[in-house]
Amino acid sequence: MSRRHDVKRYPGLGILSVAFFTYLYAPLLIVVIYSFNANRITGVWTEFSVKWYGSALNNSALMAAVETSLIVAGIATVVATTIALMAAMAIIRGKNLRFRRLSETVVNLPLLLPEIVLAVATLILFSLIGLQNGLLKLVIAHSAFCTPFAFLPIRARLQGMSLDFEEAATDLYAPRWTVFRRVTLPLIFPGLFSGAMLAFLISMDDFITSNMLASGGTTTLPVYIFSLIRAGTSPELNAIATLLIAASLVLATVALTLASRSAREPN
Amino acid sequence: MSDAGHASPAVPRRRRALNLAYLGLVPSWLLMGFALLMPIMIVAAVSVSTRGAYGGFDWGFDLTGYRQILFNEGWTGEMEFTPQYLMIILRTLLLAAVTTIICLSLAVPVAYYIAQQPARRKSLMVYLVTLPFWMSMILRVYAWMIILGKDGPLPRFLEIFGAPQGLSLMYNDGATLAAMVYTYIPLMVLPVFASIEKLDGTLIEAAHDLYGNRWVTLRRVILPLTAPGIASGAILVFVPALGAVLEPILMGGGKQMMMGSLIQLQFGGGRNWPFGSAIAVMLLVFVMIVLIVLARRAALNEATT
Repeated sequence: MSRRHDVKRYPGLGILSVAFFTYLYAPLLIVVIYSFNANRITGVWTEFSVKWYGSALNNSALMAAVETSLIVAGIATVVATTIALMAAMAIIRGKNLRFRRLSETVVNLPLLLPEIVLAVATLILFSLIGLQNGLLKLVIAHSAFCTPFAFLPIRARLQGMSLDFEEAATDLYAPRWTVFRRVTLPLIFPGLFSGAMLAFLISMDDFITSNMLASGGTTTLPVYIFSLIRAGTSPELNAIATLLIAASLVLATVALTLASRSAREPN
Repeated sequence: MSDAGHASPAVPRRRRALNLAYLGLVPSWLLMGFALLMPIMIVAAVSVSTRGAYGGFDWGFDLTGYRQILFNEGWTGEMEFTPQYLMIILRTLLLAAVTTIICLSLAVPVAYYIAQQPARRKSLMVYLVTLPFWMSMILRVYAWMIILGKDGPLPRFLEIFGAPQGLSLMYNDGATLAAMVYTYIPLMVLPVFASIEKLDGTLIEAAHDLYGNRWVTLRRVILPLTAPGIASGAILVFVPALGAVLEPILMGGGKQMMMGSLIQLQFGGGRNWPFGSAIAVMLLVFVMIVLIVLARRAALNEATT
């Protein structure tokens, strides 16, 4: 079929798509370029320099924020993934289960509600029960809104998987727990992994809730970056941004590669 | 009374043993009940409570929080109509709607183009659409502060065409909109792409054979068949756009608030919790309306196609 007469082709879409991808990546590229600017003023270019990376890495407040974020995201990921796995097993594999739809809606609820509403809601709750520990507040709130992100890939994997292997293991007198550990768990691992990655990412990226619940000593990375932005653009901030963009790039590539590889594997 | 379990031999006796599956649901119900359902109910309660003497709130029933959306108490105690908060609500609805429309009008042609590519290039392009979603939200907004701000690339570029020097494009609704479209657009492209990819190409050829030109085919074949993807993309963009906080705070400045940043302000400084809760409840109601209308329509489409 010649190109000109292909009825499925619409003229101009190629150019529009190129423009779209440029639009998607140009802003990130600009931040990266400015991070190498020696001048203290972001918009005025003087010369190439990597000195802001040095000052970013020596910034103890930044490192403390990174540490807080990693601790909160690490714990929230484990909690959210475990809860999501248990819920997915019950919802997809459970027999004669009542409230199946309702339970699924409840697990997915954080996706449907505006985060700012959840953030102020948990703020009021924690102040009512007098919960003071900043880290604990963050971990509880993050675990809740990360759960659906862990749940969805696990659920999809469980649903797409044939029951044959599990039934075969049961026929061979494997106890329930052994079937789960030796058969189900390895088979759903890709879903489990991408769910955990998503939960980790969502927690690391959260600003609204963390900012609302933040108290002294529990500043997360996005909250710290926000305070830097409030103080004005600076090349050090651009360097921090570039380092984060690089980290996300590595993380996303690993996660997406594994996900697409597992999607191609036959079950 | 006879034993119901033995009433009919045809119906197998239901086992009364504990269903293990329920145990799996216990942790999620506990977490969501404690960190989600209970707090939401508390917000609703606080929205009809009185303001505390030192910030926070006092239990009680009082509609001041809601009344404050439209009226302001004057010096002599009379109620004056003050449209400032109503304007914020309208701006929120408008900006979220415009964001959704812009995202949609960009996403449909781009998704269609991606769907036409050979397999390898297609997966690369989907990867490129997904990637920004993995980048920190606050950084993506910050990138637009640099682009639009004083000495930024865009004002500098416009100077070539005679724009005044030191021009800043920041702190207005347009800046907020730019950041919102930028941060939410991957959420629109992906579901639209997924439903375009499922499209049966022979239907397009059939439309053409029946003398439908490209425009007619687009309007009467392609768009109706991708409606479920469009609806879920619209939900994924419109709902977070209604609750946007970072974009109005950073791009809109103090004057161009949206409901999200208004709530943030009322709680951030502990200013007025009942009023902040009232706005939060209104935001929640808007989201519920969108979900009920769009999700029902999407489900209907899914069922009929």
